[in-house]
Amino acid sequence: MLLKGKNRRSSLLANTTRIKCASSYWLLLFVRAEVSDTVDMSRPMYCDRLDIPLPDKPYRDVLTDAEESLKQKEKGPWSQLSREEKIALYRLSFCQTYAEMKKPTGEWKTVIGGIFFFVGFTGLVVWWQRIYVYPPRPRTFDPEWQAMQLQRMLDMRVNPIQGFSAKWDYEKGQWK
Amino acid sequence: MFRVAVRLSVSGVRGLTRPQPRCQAVLASRCYSHGKQETDEEFDARWITYFNKPDIDAWELRKGMNTLIGYDLVPEPKILEAALRACRRLNDLASAIRILEAVKDKAGPHKDIYPYLIQELRPALQELGISTPEELGIDKV
Repeated sequence: MLLKGKNRRSSLLANTTRIKCASSYWLLLFVRAEVSDTVDMSRPMYCDRLDIPLPDKPYRDVLTDAEESLKQKEKGPWSQLSREEKIALYRLSFCQTYAEMKKPTGEWKTVIGGIFFFVGFTGLVVWWQRIYVYPPRPRTFDPEWQAMQLQRMLDMRVNPIQGFSAKWDYEKGQWK
Repeated sequence: MFRVAVRLSVSGVRGLTRPQPRCQAVLASRCYSHGKQETDEEFDARWITYFNKPDIDAWELRKGMNTLIGYDLVPEPKILEAALRACRRLNDLASAIRILEAVKDKAGPHKDIYPYLIQELRPALQELGISTPEELGIDKV
């Protein structure tokens, strides 16, 4: 009896493990279809940073023949390089210039626009709520009711010393 | 082996290049509590020696420049000249131009520092044939 039970438990466990393995396999397949190109982060990487002027590796590693010959020319006097060649050498080693790195992105427009959009959407939601969710307006807000309420408060002498009724002139029947 | 000690500078005025001579009184106000305090001249000399190493390699140049740019100061023209000469020994024009861009950025809102640096570096720039970013037109987007 005990053995049967133990066997049943272990076979149940095996089934669940098998199901888990199978589902994670399918999950991995699904995820693999979405994964982007991996970059080997154990090797030196290029970065454009204002505070790291000379990154760990040049931007362009694999050079065409023309670029190789330009690199050879770089070993000679630099005054013999033309303006375009100097710019080309710069672009081989670096992706963005400092000016390009510091260029304003205009991200603030997206932020402000997003704020306005969501505030506007919230406004629409509130408006819909006013129409479809709020209960009917209480009758205590009607002007006639408010007048009667005010008269009752004066009759009761609410806060007669320094507050409400103190400001009402009972002889003349008007506010002081 | 030459060891480069990485120091964090506390006072912001240190090594700031200006046409007038630096006031020694600034050093007295530094916030170190103990230990020998390195003068500006010693700091400059140390870095010039670093970049003047005849067989400096590309890694040391990169490490030195990245460290120097990490400090809260604009390097003296003497240090930059040594760095540019190191670029020449390494046949690396792109790094030389990058160094000039970096120090211009380091000056931040003080727009008069970079023209002073270029003015001081002009002989070396001409000798080595290095064009400034402005001459190449890469200082604008």
